[in-house]
Formats: sequence, C-alpha cells, structure tokens
Amino acid sequence: MSVIEARFGARDAKLSGAVEMIHGAGGRATAELIRTLFRRHLDNPLLAQGNDQAAFAVEAGRMVMTTDAHVIAPLFFPGGDIGSLAVHGTINDVAMAGARPLYLSAAFVLEEGFPLADLDRIVASMAAASRAAGVPIVTGDTKVVEKGKGDGVFITTTGIGVVPEGVEISGDRARPGDVVLLSGSIGDHGIAVLSKRENLTFETEILSDSAALHTLVAEMVAAVPGIRVLRDPTRGGLGATLNEIAQQSRVGIRLEEAAIPIKPDVSAACELLGLDPLYIANEGKLIAIAPPDKAQLLLAAMRAHPLARDAAIIGEATQDPHAFVQMRTRFGGNRMVDWLAGDPLPRIC
Amino acid sequence: MKFVDEFRDQALAMGLAAAIAREAVPARRYSIMEFCGGHTHAIFRYGVHDLMPENVGFVHGPGCPVCVLPIGRIDNALELAEEHGVILCSYGDMLRVPASKRRSLLKAKAEGADVRMVYSVDDALRIARGNPSREVVFFAIGFETTTPPTAVALRTAKAEGLKNFSVFCNHVLTPAALNHLLTAAGLDVDAFIGPSHVSSVIGSRPYEYFTETFHRPVVIAGFEPLDVMQAALMAIRQLNEGRAEVENQYIRVVTRDGNRKARTIVDEVFERREGFEWRGLGAVPDSALRIRDSYAAFDAEKRFSIVTRSAPDAKSCECAEILRGAKKPVDCKLFGKGCTPDSPVGSCMVSSEGACAAYWTYGRFRQEAA
Ligand code: SF4
Repeated sequence: MSVIEARFGARDAKLSGAVEMIHGAGGRATAELIRTLFRRHLDNPLLAQGNDQAAFAVEAGRMVMTTDAHVIAPLFFPGGDIGSLAVHGTINDVAMAGARPLYLSAAFVLEEGFPLADLDRIVASMAAASRAAGVPIVTGDTKVVEKGKGDGVFITTTGIGVVPEGVEISGDRARPGDVVLLSGSIGDHGIAVLSKRENLTFETEILSDSAALHTLVAEMVAAVPGIRVLRDPTRGGLGATLNEIAQQSRVGIRLEEAAIPIKPDVSAACELLGLDPLYIANEGKLIAIAPPDKAQLLLAAMRAHPLARDAAIIGEATQDPHAFVQMRTRFGGNRMVDWLAGDPLPRIC
Repeated sequence: MKFVDEFRDQALAMGLAAAIAREAVPARRYSIMEFCGGHTHAIFRYGVHDLMPENVGFVHGPGCPVCVLPIGRIDNALELAEEHGVILCSYGDMLRVPASKRRSLLKAKAEGADVRMVYSVDDALRIARGNPSREVVFFAIGFETTTPPTAVALRTAKAEGLKNFSVFCNHVLTPAALNHLLTAAGLDVDAFIGPSHVSSVIGSRPYEYFTETFHRPVVIAGFEPLDVMQAALMAIRQLNEGRAEVENQYIRVVTRDGNRKARTIVDEVFERREGFEWRGLGAVPDSALRIRDSYAAFDAEKRFSIVTRSAPDAKSCECAEILRGAKKPVDCKLFGKGCTPDSPVGSCMVSSEGACAAYWTYGRFRQEAA
C-alpha cells in the first residue's frame, strides 16, 4: 500500500487528512495525489496518457483560446462550488465567441492544510460539470503553497474551441439600432454567494445560476449566424458588461428596466442590503446583441432552450459619442448605468 | 417573471407626478431639501427629477454619514491602524474616503495595515472574539439609525468581558445638524424631506421645534422613490396653504415618539459631546455622541489617547458647500475631471449616498446633453 493510500484508506473511501507541502513537491506524493484524486475523477483518454501535455488533432478554421483564474469565498455555495464554476466559466468564455468548446486544462494552487475531502468534492464537481458539458479536462497541474499564502484553493482553467464558419462575434461589433437581449434573470449567482459569506447573515433560497452556455450559444448561432456580440455578465454584472460593450463598439445603450428579468428573492435581498442587481455577478446568463430584423428570431431560439426560457429584449444600441449606458427606470425616469467603482457595498444608513 | 417592487409602480408614479404638476403654482419656485443621502440616492437612481415640473427642485442635504465625517477623524482612524497596530474594522465606503495627503484606509491596508471591511458592528465583535491577542477597534459612524446597534455591541462586550474590543465613536445627531443649517449656515430652502430610518428611532417629535421656530414644513419620508414623490407633494401642499407642520409620509414605520427601547439603550451607553466638527458645517454644538465613562474601557479614543486635529479639505473640493446645500456637484471644477468615484478627492464622491457620486453615477448624461 502506498503512503497516500495508507493515509487515505481505500481508494473510494472518503478522504481524510489535509494537503501537505509534499503533495506539491513533484515526487511520489504528488503522483499519488494525481492518481487517487484528480485522475480518478477526471478520467478521459487524453489525460490517462499521463503526459505533461495533451496532443490532439485540430480542425481547420478559426480557434479561440481563453483562460480564467477562479478565486471565490466561500468555496461551496448554493447551486455550485469553485470546481463547477471553473469549468462553466471557461466554457462560457469560449462560447461567447460563438465557438464550440473542445478541451479544457486546469491548474490548482492548493494551500497547505486544505482538507483533502474538500478537494475531492471540488474535483468531483469539476468532473461532473465537464462530463455534462461534453468538454473534457485534458491536462493539468498542481502546486502547493505554505499555509497562509493561499486561500484554500485557486483554480485556473484554460479552454480552446473552434468557431463555425461565417460566425464573427466580437464586443466591438454593436451598431446603433441593434437590439440587446438577455438570456434570463440577473443577480442569482452573486446573491447566492453573498448569502453564505460568514459576515453577512440573511436567508434566501436563491441558487447560483452557474451553467455551461455553449449548447445555448450553438442554437443561437444556428438560428442567427449574424449575431454581433455575445458576452456573459459575470463579475460586475449586467452594468459593467454593457459598459464594456458600449466602449468597445463606441455606441450608447438604452435599457428598459421593466424588461430586465429578476427574481423576487434576488430583488428583496438587494433591497435589504442596499445593492443594485445590475452589478451583481451572474454565471449562467448571456447578453446578445443582434441586428433589429433578427431580434425576434433570436429571442425565439433562446426561449426554446432550457437555459434561456426567460430570455427578454432589454434594450437597444444607440448613436452616442459618450458611449453611455442609460436606462429608463421602472419608475419612468432616466438614469445612467455607470461602471461601479470597486465592489458593490451594502448601504450604511 | 414577476417583480416585487410595489413601491416603484410606474402608474402610481405618474399619478403623483400629475398631482404635483397640477398643484405646484407656476408663478413660484419650490426648493425642497432632502436631508438624507438615502433620499438623494433614490432621486437619482430612479430619475425622479424627470417626473418633476421645472419649478420644483431638490437640494441635497448633509445626511450622508460617510460624507460629513471630517478629515481629522479619518486621520485618527489611520493612526489607530498604522501606529497602534490594531485590527481596524470599518464599513466599506469609509475605506475609500480620502484623508490628509490623499491617503485612505484602503491605501493603508495595501501597505500592510490590518484594516477589515465589515457589514455591521457584530462582525467586529466576532473578529475580536476570534483574535484575543489583538486589539480590535470598530470605526463607528452614522446617524441615529446605526447608534443603537453600536450601543448593543458595547453592552455585549462589557457583559462578555471582552478585553480587546473598543469603539472609535463618530455617531452624529440629525436635529442638531438641521438646526445648524437653518441658523449658522443660513440655508435657504422652502421645505424639508425628513429622514426615514433615523426618524423610526427618534420619532417625529424632535422636528416640531423646527416647524415652529423656522416655519418650514418637514415631511418625513421613506427611501423608496414613490415615498420621496409623495413627500414632495405633501410639502408643496403645505407651502401652498401657508402651513409649516411636521407630517409623516412614512407612517408605516415612524411614530411620534420613535423607538423608546432603542433610545434607552443609547442613553445608557452614550452621552452628548459639547461640540463635534462636521465636514461642511464646521463645529456644531450638541451634534454628536461619545461613550460614557462607565464604558470608558471600550472607548478607543481613551484607550489609545486619540487627539483629533482639524485638517483642511482638499483644495478646490466643494464638499463643504455641497453639504450645506449652497452648491451643486457640477459647480465644483474637479467634478468628473480630477474627481470621480474611482479616484475621489472629497467624501461626497465616495459613498453612494453622496451627492457628487449620485450625480456622477446616475445623472451625468444630463450635463452632457445640456
Ligand atoms: S466633485 Fe469631488 S472635489 Fe468636487 S466637491 Fe465633489 S467630492 Fe469634492
């Protein structure tokens, strides 16, 4: 029996113990950790070859590549955890080019003392997310840092994908008159995570919306190959993402607040905390911008997919040299939707 | 998908807007000060201006706890974190407020000071319990709303015999500020929209003195945009009828006597300071609270022998005038140039309740369009 197995007990028994410096030293303990934990969950032919890289054939055409570092507190939250998030986030970044994701890589930075049982849960969740999405994790790496130099676990995932012919989606392609669509309710992820922060105590049933959006994107691109912009409003929420697009495309954007879907629980939590849902993170929603004559077609394609049943047209791009994002409020007035300075903060008064 | 905001219903808003347009006499101007930053924020966030006739205007008041704290007190907080090496617990907005030499708690944190953002005083208590070998100071700010929780925390700390917890007290009082605005500061407005949450604690009675002495209507209103509009309508009616009374739009929460229990706890722990410096208003008599001697062990000012020196605001920053209702953010030549929420020069650009931040964040297109 190996050192690790002695400590972990039998292969499938619940892992006990914690990450130690030796797990990152590159020796036998590292190999055992990879074998008994990572490879056990993430099993696929490319990873099983056990090389430092994965070799595969590529299709002709345009490829996309993206990378994303994931840090989140708490690591486990209602509706997901850092593992599923690391898979979904990168698949979505690939998909937002209209691309079909092919492969992922994952790099882990583990903090000494991190419970192996938690690591096991996280890797199992990554495996499940990657299997469900049909996008395998084909190569990876693990390092261990001393206690106090990390925050449990950091995961960096990289993804590659291929763009179907004729699709050209980019943040700088929005034109005045284009229509802005949103795939569903905003703020679910951020509020679910906030509700579990130790220093904030409020009860909510909200689950994170964390999901892989590539099958939705495939349907959308098939229906309307001329989609101009796709983007997932993650950190910074709808507000920040629309500002990015407005800047890149040099257009204004006008929103209709009443058209933006939001769940009553999310809205109530935002009221309570003095937060604006426009700036709360999402992990399973996308914004699409398309020419006006294609808007209804695209909306119908979105609503036909289970991840975008509540899709809505929420506004339009306008001619505006300031590239302002503005909104007609539910109340009938007008306001800007600006970038947020720093993190959203609950009000004091 | 259904939405829960019954108070933001557009039809109601339009109804109120129509009533205001009908009742506001075209020949006169109505200048209404909303005391609270919470109201300022609601007005901008929901675009309430757009629903008001041209002769009804809002003047933004000093009711933003982050905005009114003078630089000297923020310098004190820096001193606690850097020289005394305490764990300084503070609300998020406070971290970004510029202190002397454009330093801030956020910069101190980046340079290694142990500054932690908390959401409530309870978080600070929790940190103190978890770090028995460190001194933990809660940087307490706010009006009458945030005072009772601080008082409760001090009582808890005493009961538990927590040796490493203290409060740097900066709690301030609404009526004193209002009085000062109308006397020393020579504010010229026709009516006030009074604070909602604050009044739920102190009640509506303290405002009766103002309506009698200064003959200005005070309408206490909630923080929802419809509350603000309804309060404006009530104030306009009073002015048209020559009345100056305390009216309560926020009956769903505010009573004449407020929350007696909360006031009793506050009285047990705090006493009035003879004077306290406010940004914009200068030294205002009887306008702030300090920790009573019976709780001296938990008073960071005593524990660390803190002395406050008054420090000038940044050059060209008009926060003082803005907090007095004498100027608007756009009158400041730094507005949007040297000063934005990403890199604030004055406190009014930091908090979402600050007038400069509200103008910049929600209302900037108005200037660009003009
Ligand atoms: S814009 Fe900045 S510098 Fe000018 S008054 Fe406001 S906070 Fe002060």
